Amino acid sequence: MNIQFSPEKLKEVNELISHYPEGKQKSALIPILHIAQGEFGGWLDAPVMDYIADMLKLLPIEVYEVATFYSMLNTKPVGTYVFEVCRTGPCMLNGSDDIIDYIKNKLGINEGETTPDGLFTLKPAECLGACGYAPMMQLGKHYKEHLTRDKVDAIIDECRKNAASKN
Amino acid sequence: MGVKLLLEHANVEGIRYYDTYRRVGGYRAAEKALKMSTADVVEEVKKSGLRGRGGAGFPTGMKWSFLAKPEGVPRHLVCNADESEPGTFKDRYLMEFLPHLLIEGLLISSYALGSNHTYIYIRGEYAWIVDILNQAIAEAKNNGWLGKNILGTGFDCEIYVHRGAGAYICGEETALIESLEGKRGNPRMKPPFPAIQGLWMRPTVVNNVETLAAVVPILNMGGDEYAKIGVGKSTGTKLLSACGNINKPGVYEIDMTIPVEEFIYSDEYCGGIPKGKRLKACIPGGSSVPIVPANLLFKTAKGETRYMNYESLSDGGFATGTMMGSGGFIVLDEDQCIVRNTMTLARFYNHESCGQCSPCREGTGWMYKILKNIEYGKGKMSDIDLLWGIQKTIDGTTICPLGDAAAWPVAAAIRHFRDEFEWHINNPDESQKHNFGLAHYADPRPVPAAV
Ligand SMILES: Cc1cc2nc3c(=O)[nH]c(=O)nc-3n(C[C@H](O)[C@H](O)[C@H](O)COP(=O)(O)O)c2cc1C
Ligand code: SF4
Ligand code: FES
Repeated sequence: MNIQFSPEKLKEVNELISHYPEGKQKSALIPILHIAQGEFGGWLDAPVMDYIADMLKLLPIEVYEVATFYSMLNTKPVGTYVFEVCRTGPCMLNGSDDIIDYIKNKLGINEGETTPDGLFTLKPAECLGACGYAPMMQLGKHYKEHLTRDKVDAIIDECRKNAASKN
Repeated sequence: MGVKLLLEHANVEGIRYYDTYRRVGGYRAAEKALKMSTADVVEEVKKSGLRGRGGAGFPTGMKWSFLAKPEGVPRHLVCNADESEPGTFKDRYLMEFLPHLLIEGLLISSYALGSNHTYIYIRGEYAWIVDILNQAIAEAKNNGWLGKNILGTGFDCEIYVHRGAGAYICGEETALIESLEGKRGNPRMKPPFPAIQGLWMRPTVVNNVETLAAVVPILNMGGDEYAKIGVGKSTGTKLLSACGNINKPGVYEIDMTIPVEEFIYSDEYCGGIPKGKRLKACIPGGSSVPIVPANLLFKTAKGETRYMNYESLSDGGFATGTMMGSGGFIVLDEDQCIVRNTMTLARFYNHESCGQCSPCREGTGWMYKILKNIEYGKGKMSDIDLLWGIQKTIDGTTICPLGDAAAWPVAAAIRHFRDEFEWHINNPDESQKHNFGLAHYADPRPVPAAV
């Protein structure tokens, strides 16, 4: 893969860097890693991190140590659709265990695994700030709330449809 | 109906957009503040008695007056929108539906503190809210409320949204600052406090979203008037995010004079417990605060009515009371399992420990492991005392308060529900099939007639 931001993305990145004082460009690191993850396959491979380090004039280790600290930054490959289902107290009180079991059975994967077709990853999540709308999961940029088994079915169908239309 | 200061216009169609917000009186407080001296704005906030809404309840005006002002060194205001304490989702509500209220509050506060570059550090998962905030910032700028020489006062201000990437610890203010500098979210040793050396070693104030939004009504009505709402040192209104086993989960604004019982059972708020079930326990201020059984929730140990405010909720200390915390109000009905609930919270804190101090890093992992054993029928009676010992070792021995936050829920669960833990250990098979139930944690309300 050619590791290089497109001109539009580069504009976005430079805009982010401009939010911080001269010489403090390191502050833009995490927001830029979000963009990089979106652009380069959903996770941060070492060459991607090196590219960012170079861009921000950082040592590669400064990027690695950040990428491994934050739960939203993936340092291993993930499926096209990552189901991040919250399982903390308030969601548990409203049946998140059942939703997680249902997804596991339906997709035939365990927590942290990806389906063989590379479409779905199940990633257990801790409280995502949607406790009043439980059970819930994060899917890409948005939250899916008030989950039921039927809703999970519909979400999976829609993902499959979207994936098929892209191929 | 209680007083609404923050959510007054939450249901106005289009309130997310500048024109509507302005039409219902938005940016009037900013207009007023920018004509005052910065010291006078700080004085209004002091008079209001506003206490930080992020969890610790520290007086905001006092915090602002600690900000160092060395000549020639920029200062910063940082808005803490990391909101990750289980049970808490009120800041999200404010930002999602009333973004201009936050922007106006940030503008006034930036002016008062002399921050020309103000940052909103928002948890990374709230990705769509980043767009909402950026849209509101752009509108505010187009209308002359941000940028250079605002309203001809000579004051310049830019507000930037900075997205985190999933780490509860980044809600702790020094970890937040580290993260904003592009590093791992490891809390710093204090002192120096952020007010002296914060973001990029410059003087910094970190305040919660709700705290900064509350500055708007304070300027509009005046600090003295604001202080008249509520009771004692619990002035003004507080947002609560209610969840768990209730009929109407959601975000509510209360003035701090209503009884806890009313908050749970009134149709104006939580609307009672679904399916006529009875109340078992409640965690009234986010997952870190002590859980209390029903019989200690509505009445204090002295038999007085317990109210939804800082003082009343903490009456009796940890022995019989709890805390207001972040306002994440979690209700457990009679069918819930205290061991399982405590286990998920222990897993949460273990997952979120930054790992810098060994009592927190090791202790949270150990507590989670023991609780998991008890929950899955593999516990020993000595585990209960072991848990008690571990939480005591963590409490107060760590760099940041996450250690305490992890210890308190475990301590409170054992303090009030020890027999439920014992039942799990004595009945490993049965405990896999059904829960302990309400037992003697007397729900102070009679069983509903319909059931
Ligand atoms: C582990 C931990 C997590 C925290 N998370 C948050 C948070 O998500 N949001 C918040 O406003 N404050 C949080 N705080 C409190 C902040 O450190 C700080 O006290 C607060 O932002 C100050 O703002 P306030 O005075 O307006 O409440 C957290 C504290 C700790 C120890
Ligand atoms: S108490 Fe826990 S989270 Fe806080 S600094 Fe120590 S290890 Fe990190
Ligand atoms: S506990 Fe699941 S979103 Fe808060």
